[in-house]
Amino acid sequence: MNLFYFVAFLSIFFSLLVIFSKNPVYSVLFLIVTFFTFSVHYILLNAQFLAIVNFIVYMGAIMVLFLFVLMLLNLNKDTEPMKSSLLKIAGVVSGLCLLLTLVGAVKSLNVSEPLILKDPGIGLVKNLGKVLFNEFLLPFEVSSILLFSAMVGSVLLAKKDPKKI
Amino acid sequence: MELALIIEKFILVVVIFAVSLGVAAYSTLAERKIAAFLQGRVGPHRAGPGGMFQPLADGGKMFFKEEIIPAESNPFLFIMGPSLALLTACIGSAVIPWGQSMQFGDRVVELQVTDINVGILYIFGVVSLGVYGIMIGGWASNNKFSLMGAIRAASQNISYEIAMGLSLIALLMVSGTLSLKDIVEQQHGFWNNGWFTWNVFTQPLGFLLFIVCSFAECNRTPFDLPESENELVAGYHTEYSGFKLGAFLFAEYVNMFVSSAVMATLYWGGYNYPGMDYVFELLGPTWAPIVGIAVLFAKIFFFIFFFMWIRWTIPRFRYDQLMNLGWKVLIPLAIANIILTGIWITIKDNLL
Repeated sequence: MNLFYFVAFLSIFFSLLVIFSKNPVYSVLFLIVTFFTFSVHYILLNAQFLAIVNFIVYMGAIMVLFLFVLMLLNLNKDTEPMKSSLLKIAGVVSGLCLLLTLVGAVKSLNVSEPLILKDPGIGLVKNLGKVLFNEFLLPFEVSSILLFSAMVGSVLLAKKDPKKI
Repeated sequence: MELALIIEKFILVVVIFAVSLGVAAYSTLAERKIAAFLQGRVGPHRAGPGGMFQPLADGGKMFFKEEIIPAESNPFLFIMGPSLALLTACIGSAVIPWGQSMQFGDRVVELQVTDINVGILYIFGVVSLGVYGIMIGGWASNNKFSLMGAIRAASQNISYEIAMGLSLIALLMVSGTLSLKDIVEQQHGFWNNGWFTWNVFTQPLGFLLFIVCSFAECNRTPFDLPESENELVAGYHTEYSGFKLGAFLFAEYVNMFVSSAVMATLYWGGYNYPGMDYVFELLGPTWAPIVGIAVLFAKIFFFIFFFMWIRWTIPRFRYDQLMNLGWKVLIPLAIANIILTGIWITIKDNLL
């Protein structure tokens, strides 16, 4: 349990650093560390497959692309345009509204009974595969269609317009 | 956890770490010797008998050279780049089974640091992290050529990871497990039920795809576009000097060692060899695993030699050729391999 609190502290600490660091490349690097602490959380929950998939997909692929784009953008303090004060005030107001909503939501929560899993080894690859392909087959297949449509859309966006050439 | 287990694992980790660094150091000498052989030269032969101490001399030179951190660079990330590259290169060897379990008296010692049941995915994750060292180092140098090298490394690694993962899926369909230990144990011996037990004979296309992708992941010629010296000076390590440059170069050789070990384990039977049961009876459970380790290392050294052979034989790709090969040849081939494997497994289970 103490380990959980330590890792949770690290997650929150690094996610705060993501927001507060001035350099966007540092932000992305802190985000990678945050995702790493999420992987540790999954391992603590005995969900090894999710942990390693989070590791590969988020840390290994998506964040590489984020870093890739940021490196090309060359965002510095000098080149970044200053936002107008109206935008800043609007940002503060909407941020405070969100905070208020979150605090209100948390206040009205009740502490739920701790959930005991029927099968503590459900996060292991073998059990997870069986559950996915037996109980949740339809959602699993539907999500593949969702991903496929996203893929087609991104290819269509990236494709050169034949009329313009 | 008992103390003996911790001590045992600690010794194993230290030994594997030392061996992988030692092999990487002597790979630099081997590379120069093999290059010399292929080009009809002698190669390094002044330091020690036959150039044996050349890696030590190189290491000494790297340590004592002046470390330059460019004025306009980002010093923290500039140092973190090569450190990350070396770190991610070294942690991949944790899940590789180096031999059968050895018996000392009553105690059975597993020659594998940890047998997690997602072993292959762990290696895949470590491989996908490998690009961060190059990217961070290249970006922090604040140099156009370094940035170009870093960006090339990132796009190349991401493109070839897909084909690598797909070629592994076909292997997983055959073996039915993600644990490297189980995969090696399934390849026991050499011949069983009228066919070879090693996975390369059931997955030849998969192995071909995997080896091409591991060349690309290690940034070795013909895929060394991130550091192509005729276009980008030296790519991502243009600004590096002294031991930080050494760390980048060393990471490449450690990567080569680990990926050779992974290839030998996944496809070429790991520590298994023909007639291993006979040798096991002859030598007993303490000494027979040593033969297995020697066999595994022979396979690893062959693959390292193969890496070098290719490097000095095949010229570098052009960048569009690299991307075409990755996306239009390797990925469709890998998907076709998965489908063929699926058909084959269905036929085998239902008809044979």
